Amino acid sequence: MAGKQTGKTAVGTWIGFVLIMLWCLFPVAWIISLSFKSEGETAAGSPQFLPKEPTIANYKAIIDNPDFTRALLNSFGISLIATVLSVIFATLAAYAIARLEFKGKRLVLSLALAIAMFPVVALVGPLFDMWTTFGLFNTWPGLIIPYMSFTLPLAIWTLSAFFREIPWEMEQAAQVDGATSWQAFRKVIVPLAAPGVFTAAILTFFFAWNEFVLAISLTSTTSSRTVPAQMSFFVGPDPFNPPYAQLATASVIVTLPVIVIVLLFQRKIVAGLTSGAVKG
Amino acid sequence: MSTTVAPETDKAGQEHRKGGKPVASDRSSAENRLGLKLVAPAVVLMLLVTAWPMIQALYLSLFRYRLTAPDDRAFVGIDNYLTILSDDQFWKSTGTTLLIMVVTVAVELVIGFAFAMVMHRIVFARGLMRTSILIPYGIITVVSAFAWQFAFSLNNGFVNSWFNWLPWIADDTNWFGDYPHAMFAIMVSEIWKTTPFMALLLLAGLAQVSEDMLEAAKVDGATWWQRLTKVILPNMRAAIMVAVLFRALDAYRIFDNIFVMTKGAEGTQSISFLTYRQVIEQMQLGLGSAMSVLLFLSVLLLAWLIVKLFRVDLAQARGEG
Repeated sequence: MAGKQTGKTAVGTWIGFVLIMLWCLFPVAWIISLSFKSEGETAAGSPQFLPKEPTIANYKAIIDNPDFTRALLNSFGISLIATVLSVIFATLAAYAIARLEFKGKRLVLSLALAIAMFPVVALVGPLFDMWTTFGLFNTWPGLIIPYMSFTLPLAIWTLSAFFREIPWEMEQAAQVDGATSWQAFRKVIVPLAAPGVFTAAILTFFFAWNEFVLAISLTSTTSSRTVPAQMSFFVGPDPFNPPYAQLATASVIVTLPVIVIVLLFQRKIVAGLTSGAVKG
Repeated sequence: MSTTVAPETDKAGQEHRKGGKPVASDRSSAENRLGLKLVAPAVVLMLLVTAWPMIQALYLSLFRYRLTAPDDRAFVGIDNYLTILSDDQFWKSTGTTLLIMVVTVAVELVIGFAFAMVMHRIVFARGLMRTSILIPYGIITVVSAFAWQFAFSLNNGFVNSWFNWLPWIADDTNWFGDYPHAMFAIMVSEIWKTTPFMALLLLAGLAQVSEDMLEAAKVDGATWWQRLTKVILPNMRAAIMVAVLFRALDAYRIFDNIFVMTKGAEGTQSISFLTYRQVIEQMQLGLGSAMSVLLFLSVLLLAWLIVKLFRVDLAQARGEG
């Protein structure tokens, strides 16, 4: 009986495994396949899954498209700067939350929670107004600042969860040996917390890389437009017949960094997501 | 799976520490000051981009103010709110948004749970599976929207030709030509992208269900279904509720998929999309700000309702959500 049941469960798990793999990878395979279809093929209508005559012309075209390469640069620059700054601020805050007793600790955590759930679109109007006044509209800092604000909750939660697991005694030992609170933080906690910080950085980067609402609202030209925004405005000459293959190619290219990060750090990302994340 | 200490225990631990070794008051006030100093930059930054613009929106919402006609700005009191609340489009968009939220979260909960069960049980290829499941999570929503838009496309999509044996799908089904079809396509993209997140949160909850308890239930002769409904689900209630809360609020803000896939055509505009159009496309800062305030309030109300109705344990959420 028991043996039969485990057998049945194993088969179920196998089927589940195949289904999950299909679910996750099939749409990715679809855009990859689409990216190798020629422009002529999609213009004439090409409902089959695989390209008739695979071509790399789309990749050549997209790499030669200055709007796209510029958007890619903007995306990398803005996401990386926002990630680094956000993680620095979040590390300080999370350290205080996990390790120190101070008034308003609960308030900070509630605030972070509230901001994680904040409807970003609600800010588009007032931010648009403020940013045009301050000259931040259509600039890198104009996106970096709100990206930092919206990734801080995620980073603070993830990090304070990691920080709670760091052994107290080490910090106290350092303090007994004459280190100040600050030194204990820098010399003892930072090395121990580095993996957590790294995880928070990945989740933050994903958020910034993915962000769309602010990217289309607070930019107006390619000088600061990120890839998602650029792609949504890239309709080509005929609005009724979008350049399917080229958009698919752009999709594949912006997905590559995500796949690389996921391949390298999957364990860390899962740990981070399940230990205090809010969704990027 | 990383285990985290719930804040209550954490606090208790700290109190215990203090109880065991009395702390001098200047030491604790120094700690207090350091704590405030460390959180200050993050707090200021979070408020700068949310609270301050929200106050600004509250103020602007009381004016008739269009960016294209700045001289025509005039105080109109709550007129903007009345205009919106008596507008058909506003309520239709709210209905559409709620429909998307309820359907996607319900479907994701079921599929996500099945995924979590498989990932929990599986003994082989764990890394491969984790990697794969993170791809939809990490992929840009705009890319997901394009991928599904093209899949459902009339001339270039495979959906019609693959599924034309289903009675309601024909070779010439136009998935973006009417409300139900377009909503279906939008929901597919949303569900595909966010189910992995749901699955991972549920997996963390599943890991907390005690194996001993399951074994005991098995010995007592509980069927598979009884074990699921009487042991597993009640024991991961907190994780489920947290996942529902986060996903529901996230789905309520749906924007990217609609922007790319339909541009709000066929009545598919969500409340976020309507607000965006008022502000950015029509430059109606007064009316748009009023919509922003209403959107913000509705999210608050929704969060409150979910927390109250399902009694979400937010303290535990901080540990595992």
